[in-house]
Formats: sequence, C-alpha cells, structure tokens
Amino acid sequence: MAERLKVHVDPDKCQGHARCKALAPELFELDEYGNAREAGDGTVPVGLEDKAWLAKANCPEIAIDVIEE
Amino acid sequence: MSDVSQPAAHPPVTDWLNDFDHTDPQWTENPFPIWDELRAASPVVHTERFLGCYLPTTYEAVREIANDPEHFSSRRIIVRDARPEVTQNAAPPITSDPPVHKPAKQLLLPPFTPDAMKKLEPRVRTICNELIDGFVAEKKVDAAARYTKHIPVRAIAHMLGIPEGDSDLFINWIHMILELGIKDENLLLQAVHEMSDYFRDHIEQRRKHPTDDLISYLMNARNKDGQPLEDAHVLGSLRLLLIAGIDTTWSAIGSSLWHLARTPADRERLIAEPELMPTAVEEFLRAYSPVTMAREVIKERTVSGCPVKPGNMVLLSFPAANRDPKMFPDADKVVIDRRENRHAAFGLGIHRCIGSNLARMEMQVALEEWLKRIPDFRLDPAGTVTWSQGTVRGPRQLPFLLGKAM
Ligand code: SF4
Repeated sequence: MAERLKVHVDPDKCQGHARCKALAPELFELDEYGNAREAGDGTVPVGLEDKAWLAKANCPEIAIDVIEE
Repeated sequence: MSDVSQPAAHPPVTDWLNDFDHTDPQWTENPFPIWDELRAASPVVHTERFLGCYLPTTYEAVREIANDPEHFSSRRIIVRDARPEVTQNAAPPITSDPPVHKPAKQLLLPPFTPDAMKKLEPRVRTICNELIDGFVAEKKVDAAARYTKHIPVRAIAHMLGIPEGDSDLFINWIHMILELGIKDENLLLQAVHEMSDYFRDHIEQRRKHPTDDLISYLMNARNKDGQPLEDAHVLGSLRLLLIAGIDTTWSAIGSSLWHLARTPADRERLIAEPELMPTAVEEFLRAYSPVTMAREVIKERTVSGCPVKPGNMVLLSFPAANRDPKMFPDADKVVIDRRENRHAAFGLGIHRCIGSNLARMEMQVALEEWLKRIPDFRLDPAGTVTWSQGTVRGPRQLPFLLGKAM
C-alpha cells in the first residue's frame, strides 16, 4: 500500500495564485513572480500526503498533478 | 455638467432571464437568488441593456471565458451604458490582451509576492489598530465608514509612497469610476484625469528625489528592449493599482465582518481556533466574492452550448461562479472550514488578480485584529446595511453594536 506521491506543477497553467505554497509550503516553491513549481523533484515526504492532495484540490487553475508511483 | 448624485435611471427589472441588470436595486441588495434562478435556466443568459451583454452563470462557463482571451477581449473591463473609444494604456496589464499583456503583468508581480506581503503585514496591523483605537470605546460604530474602508486604501498608499492622509480623495475617485461612472461618462473621465494629474505630480517629485516605493519602482522599470516604460504606461499602471487595490478588499473585509456579526457561532469558533483563519478567509472570498470583471466578445464563440456574438459585453461574474452548486457542495452555505475551495474570487487565467496576496493578507489581518479587540458585536437593528453597486460588491454602511448583547 505504501505508494509514494509526487507533486507536479504545470507551468503553462499556473497563474501564481500561491494557494499551493500557503497550504503546503514544504512541497512548493514560488519564483520572483509568485509562480509555483514543485520543491526539489516533487517527491512528497511521508506524512505530507494529505497536504499534497489539499494543494491539488485548491489550485484554481487545476495546475497541480499528484502522481502515485 | 451632469448631476453628481443622480446617475441615469434604468427601468426596474421584471424579467431577469431576458432583461437582467446588475445595477438594479434588487441585484445590489441580494443577488444570490437571482443567480440561482438564471443558472437553473441557462449557463449563459443575455440582456439588451448596456448595448448587449451576456452573463455566464456557472463556474464552467466563467472558466471557459476567462481562459479564452482570443474570443473575449479585456480592452473593456467594466460593463457600462456606453462604449467609448478604447485607449491604449488605460490600466495595463488588466486592460490588455496577449501578447502585450504578459510583459506588463510580469513587471507588477514581484512587488506583490507572498514574501513581499509579509514585509508589509506589520504596517497593516498598525493601521488596523489605529482605526480600532478611534472607536473601540464607543457602543456603536459604522464599521464600513470607520474601519473596512480605510485599511486597503492606506496600505496601497503606503506601498505607492503617496500620503495615507489623501485617502478620502482616492476613495472619491474610485466611487466615481466604479459606481457612478457606469452611467455617467463625464464623472468617469473627471476622476481619471484628476487621478492622472495627481500621479504626474508624484512622478515629477521623484525625478528630483527618488524613493523606494512602487512609483519609483515603475519609473525605474525597463521593458524587454531595455527602455524605460512610456509615461502613459507608468500612469496607467499606477491608476490600476490604486483603483484595483481599494474597493475590492474594503468590500471583502466588510462582507466578512457582516457575516461574523450575524453568525456568532463562526465568530466564537474563529476566536477559539485562530489557525482556522486562512481557511475561513478563503470561504468568505468564495461566498461573498466582491469583484465582477467584464470582457468584450470580439469573435463568435459557443460557451457551454450557448452561442455568443461579437459586439456584446460579458459580465464575467466570479461571484456567481462561486455559488455554483455543481462546483461547491452547499454552495449557499458559509462553511468556514471548507477544505476544498477552488474558488475564482481573484479571477482565473492570465488576468488573475495581481493583488491577491495583498488582499488575502489584509483580510486576515483586519479580521484577526478586529476579533482580538472586539470579540462581541452584532448588526444594529436601528441602522441599515447598504451595498455598493455594479463592479464591486460590498457593504458601504455597516452599523454595528459593540460589546455583549444585554
Ligand atoms: S495554486 Fe496553482 S496556480 Fe496557484 S501558484 Fe500554485 S500551482 Fe500555481
């Protein structure tokens, strides 16, 4: 059952609402314009899975993917 | 000169489905049942008023339009009785379409990132507390006149580097542009000219004495060819920052306080669980979204199965989208711990509000400081709550009784 999650931001869709960073600061980074990308390679540390799903569910541009590996 | 206090009258609406009017008193007072009625009938409705205008009623239809600048232009962003000539640089980037839009927006984004807003937060906390000091000892207060109205205007004045003491001037211009200007061209132009003169003076002063505020930031900015921005562009962006930054957040804070005044359970919960504040702010933004932008149809298109024709405007109602029950379970209820909230209060797509991080911070700080100092308050039954008309929705009179009910 212990699948690992990865988050990914689609840069073409992201408009910098920064909801992801507010809800899951460990998983996302913002650039100087406030647009997001996943932190590191996007791997979600154990225990933060809920935050990954929450960020996805709150991104107004549907720019976040959560991939189960 | 036209009469300042009396904008042209529109006949009252009797048929909302075919003849809606977002300036009708019924809509101003309580638009929610109207949107429900229209949404049940069609994802896009039309009126002959305002020289022809559509209203998308569902989240999906709003999203489609917001993401389609090819068919829906932003050269006009307010639905009004007239369609005056479009001018370049009216208020970039919001009034521009691709490809001009992106560089103009990139320029304004860095000063409004969440990190930049953290630096501004202490100033906003001070402003809120100064305002509360002014009335906290009284038993009743108009919270719109003495609190919500002043927070965003003073915060943006602080960022722009213009005197916070000129706030009344700014508030008056914005009232002329966003409300009275819908029906009176002269008032709109008068406000725009006064505002431009005001900023021209400040630009002149900074040529002699550079500062580190947003006006200097724009004056020092370079376009992609390494050239300074044209004066008209700097002025347009300054007008935008002032216009967009004030009414909107004032309204959002006001609606939130209005809700809390009427809903003691939510108030008590927010005091007991302050960590819930960011989630509650998102829910207030969804349920009482203040801003409705507009687009102009420039190419024929079908939206959610409905054909839309060029020459018409579109009232891009983010507030109506946010009440769509297909998108939000219990869309009509305010659920301050709603976890999934993909609301569109700040718009969607390329014209997402640049100031969204600022607005969120201001709302949160304004509500936190208020609840800390005034945990008990309710609507004053002897007073009347009034709402603004048109582009931005929020309470303009908010009579409260302060302290525990006896
Ligand atoms: S919430 Fe979505 S649109 Fe906003 S910054 Fe994150 S990925 Fe981008």
